[in-house]
Amino acid sequence: MTDQSTRPLVELRNVSRKFGSKGDIADRIAQRLKLAKPKPVVHAVDSVDLSIRQGEVLGLVGESGCGKSTLGRVVAGILPPSEGDLYWKGSDRSRLSFADLKAADLATQMIFQNPMAALNPRMTVEDIVTEAPHSHGMIPGDRRAYADRYLEMAGFDPAMKRRYPHQFSGGQRQRVNIARALAVQPEFLVCDESVAALDVSIQAQVINLFMDLREQLDLTYLFVSHDLGVVEHISDRVAIMYLGRIVEEAPVEEVYARPNHPYTRALLSEVPRIEVGKRKFEAIKGELPSPLDPPKGCHFHPRCPFAMDRCRSEVPKIREVASGHRSACHLNDG
Amino acid sequence: MPLLDVQSLVTEFPGAPGGPGNRAVNEVSFAVERGKVLGLVGESGSGKSVTGFSIMGLVDRPGRVTGGRILFDGQDLASLSGEEMRQLRGRRIAMVFQDPMMTLNPVLTIGTQMTEAITAHEKVSRAESRARARDALGQVGIPSPEERLSAYPHEFSGGMRQRVAIAIALLHNPDLIIADEPTTALDVTIQSQIISEFQRLAETHNTAVIWITHDLAIVSRLADDIAVMYSGRLVETGPVSDVLTDPRHPYTAGLIGSVPSQNTRGTRLRQIPGMTPSLGRLPSGCAFRTRCDRATEACATVPPPETHEGARGFRCIHPVHPELLTQ
Repeated sequence: MTDQSTRPLVELRNVSRKFGSKGDIADRIAQRLKLAKPKPVVHAVDSVDLSIRQGEVLGLVGESGCGKSTLGRVVAGILPPSEGDLYWKGSDRSRLSFADLKAADLATQMIFQNPMAALNPRMTVEDIVTEAPHSHGMIPGDRRAYADRYLEMAGFDPAMKRRYPHQFSGGQRQRVNIARALAVQPEFLVCDESVAALDVSIQAQVINLFMDLREQLDLTYLFVSHDLGVVEHISDRVAIMYLGRIVEEAPVEEVYARPNHPYTRALLSEVPRIEVGKRKFEAIKGELPSPLDPPKGCHFHPRCPFAMDRCRSEVPKIREVASGHRSACHLNDG
Repeated sequence: MPLLDVQSLVTEFPGAPGGPGNRAVNEVSFAVERGKVLGLVGESGSGKSVTGFSIMGLVDRPGRVTGGRILFDGQDLASLSGEEMRQLRGRRIAMVFQDPMMTLNPVLTIGTQMTEAITAHEKVSRAESRARARDALGQVGIPSPEERLSAYPHEFSGGMRQRVAIAIALLHNPDLIIADEPTTALDVTIQSQIISEFQRLAETHNTAVIWITHDLAIVSRLADDIAVMYSGRLVETGPVSDVLTDPRHPYTAGLIGSVPSQNTRGTRLRQIPGMTPSLGRLPSGCAFRTRCDRATEACATVPPPETHEGARGFRCIHPVHPELLTQ
């Protein structure tokens, strides 16, 4: 569906995002004199290169705490990167004019996991959907007709638009969120675990809605999720993240057929499939290490069955192992 | 004789003032044999957790069990006194919850909580109960269990806490474990670790398990039998290998179709339209008929009776048959 030559809509070059404080001046002097330890810093996103092409769905997968939500927020422009550059349609975001930046922000919308937390409980559905487009002067005529159009697009019955968010079920609230995002006519949606909190049958409805909207509105998606089955279904390309770094990135058929990185291989053996007949659950040993104190070298080495000495000291570079398929593992060198 | 035999269980919560009660569990019958795993499947509000709480005798007021019988090892649980039930709970029937912090006391060390659970049912010395607690932690794959006994729950990760909760449930080698979505809040890799530990321990001790979940993928790999619940009723029961490959009830078929991996990549999922009705406003007759593409006028008259077909059963007057499937 995507063409290799299409230009990227969003591009990250060597982007990192750290959380933590340097401390005040007294702390810094104490640290300089080696009287205090440096304040802990979390490298939530660590030197990530990633591009999202116009019209594609990029799935971003990882376990909790791997930094996928932070990366999603950086891509959406909500969190500024600590280091590195973010490009929007080929130009550096930090150099955009105020008007261009506003246009870029409007064109990027985010849909979150918990629909109730993203909706103002004191506003009616109609006001929630039209607030942003109204203040940006995007509504040419009747505000009510405008709300109807986008609510219908999201599969929400406009007859109920005078009600408040608490009067709806989780699936309906998520539809309101989707209508709210669509109402400012975005080009790019960042979906952060947008279907994770929904029941199985409702989840299928919302996934179908995302796929329909993509057809109708020519949208680009970054689909952040821990659910490998959902990501496999909806994505064109998949990036796998582990402790702040992208460890593998490839077209969806490629990564599910020929996973390269040991972490990807282990993760993909856990894709939720209905397989009758008792099967052994083969698990990766150990847990995700603390991002405050990540392992040296390749972050995955303490859990990796193939770890060598080199993995413990040297960070593997991400490089192409097949056309469009990049992986960060020392095994590819041998 | 099955270890647990639930017959026409009804659990009600008060409805609108003056009106009838809402049946969160409505005429539910199933049985579990020793050493078998039953997957109890349903979406939120289907009554699957309330079924588990009803067996444990832990339904919170104002809800209460108003009908049916629960036979555990041939004994009617309703005939037991509060003290007798307490003796049974934790020793012969144990429960594992979705959120391990529901089981664990945040201000006591793991060791204290585990030895307390042992001495509540058995007269053993402090040293011996501590040794047993340590062994139980080791069994569920917690590294350096001796030191971890003096740790508090907040010092564990979510996956480790769930292992502790499972270790506590296994302390007395119970005959039956009710596991209520124990892995739903965990990451996939941790989920697999926990399920494989659970599977191993249940097999070695010949424990019967009721695994409550919404995840058909887990059930397909873990359970022997499946019971699908919708709006308080069991709509389909039977061996996993039959039900998941060849469902009879349209709701079961719809749930299977909603799993992404059951569909061709990039195509629309076979979704179930609409949403679960609230218990106070269930449609007449079959509760699923408003979302069902096979529904006819007959479906609106009475709740469909159970049809039996060998080891399986379903409540639908227009069942799905493979030869009728267009898929």
